[in-house]
Amino acid sequence: MNELAEKLAVRYGARDWHDQRKDLASVMVDILKIRDTLAWLRDEGGYVHLSFATAIDNIERGVFTLTYALRNHERGHSLMVHAEVSRDNPSVDSIHLLWGQGWTYQREMKEWYGIDFPGSPRVDEEFVLEGWDQMPMMRRDFDSLAYSDATYTERPGRVTHDPAAHMKEKLYPEAAK
Amino acid sequence: MSDNKLKPAPLPNEGLPPEERGLFCDVAPREYEPAKGIVEDFYNWARSESLWILGFGTGCGAIELRPLMTSRFDMYRFGIQPRPTPRQSSVFVIGGYASVKTLKRIVRSYEQMMGPKFVIALGSCTINGGMYWDSYNTIKRIDQYIPVDTYITGCMPRPEALLAGFQELKKIIKAGKGEGQNEYARNFDWYKANQKKVIKNWNMPDYNW
Repeated sequence: MNELAEKLAVRYGARDWHDQRKDLASVMVDILKIRDTLAWLRDEGGYVHLSFATAIDNIERGVFTLTYALRNHERGHSLMVHAEVSRDNPSVDSIHLLWGQGWTYQREMKEWYGIDFPGSPRVDEEFVLEGWDQMPMMRRDFDSLAYSDATYTERPGRVTHDPAAHMKEKLYPEAAK
Repeated sequence: MSDNKLKPAPLPNEGLPPEERGLFCDVAPREYEPAKGIVEDFYNWARSESLWILGFGTGCGAIELRPLMTSRFDMYRFGIQPRPTPRQSSVFVIGGYASVKTLKRIVRSYEQMMGPKFVIALGSCTINGGMYWDSYNTIKRIDQYIPVDTYITGCMPRPEALLAGFQELKKIIKAGKGEGQNEYARNFDWYKANQKKVIKNWNMPDYNW
């Protein structure tokens, strides 16, 4: 696999190759080269199958990390291709022409994270939410609890116990005192 | 219902495009007036012994309805059987958590059911939100949006618990206390306001009859 790592590094400046398992590796590329990298991996590298594409909100670094999971069935090897895009106005090249199902993942990322994929079919349509008028809810600065408290009526009488303290009191009543 | 009562104003149906408004019902639901004495008792006995549930699994808890249909638990011996459409059903089983998207379908199905109709809410999610207490998209109390006759606790409740819940519902109906439909008609404005507060894209009639 190191041969592939070198090729990706030379062609697309890929870095941080990491072998997670014998059949799973990850690599980081620049966001501007993500589409070319994926196209080369599909056509030349044998990674013909897009398992999924998703995003991770790394708010500490101010970026979304996009992850494309590819599979090479001949070698029985999976490759996670990561790329980072800024959280402000994120816009990424669409891959729906490489893999037909790509637009579904992109529509999901548009709704959940607000990452735009210009040219991707139906990318602005609602995906799982209906009538959502807040910020994209999978962004980590969206406060789910505050929104839930403000929107949905609570039934009084619900209590929460700290699991550790509760079990200590239940199993070892003497020690808890 | 006597006709000499004052006719209420028609529902605005503002969620629909103007050209479609005439196609849908614009009358709010009305209360059911029970028959007198022993006749209503007989009706209630008949209703309680043929509970037809709407075969619409609204959440993960609906998985517990499947074992009821098979020979081990066999709900048919209690006169309970699933029906494919709201029009043919008298019991709506809310199967656990209800997301806002599902709630819209729940409201629509509930309103389409013929009266008298009853609701069983199963699982802790329908009672106080359960494990989805902090979710942005899951309601915490189903009784804010449609009337509930009885709850079945658990996450999830076992099929035995469901059967016990159905027996409880039978007692409620036989006692003439299955008043969910009337409650909905009486507090229609309150229910509708609650529903519209969470269902932001209201693109259906105000009363889906």
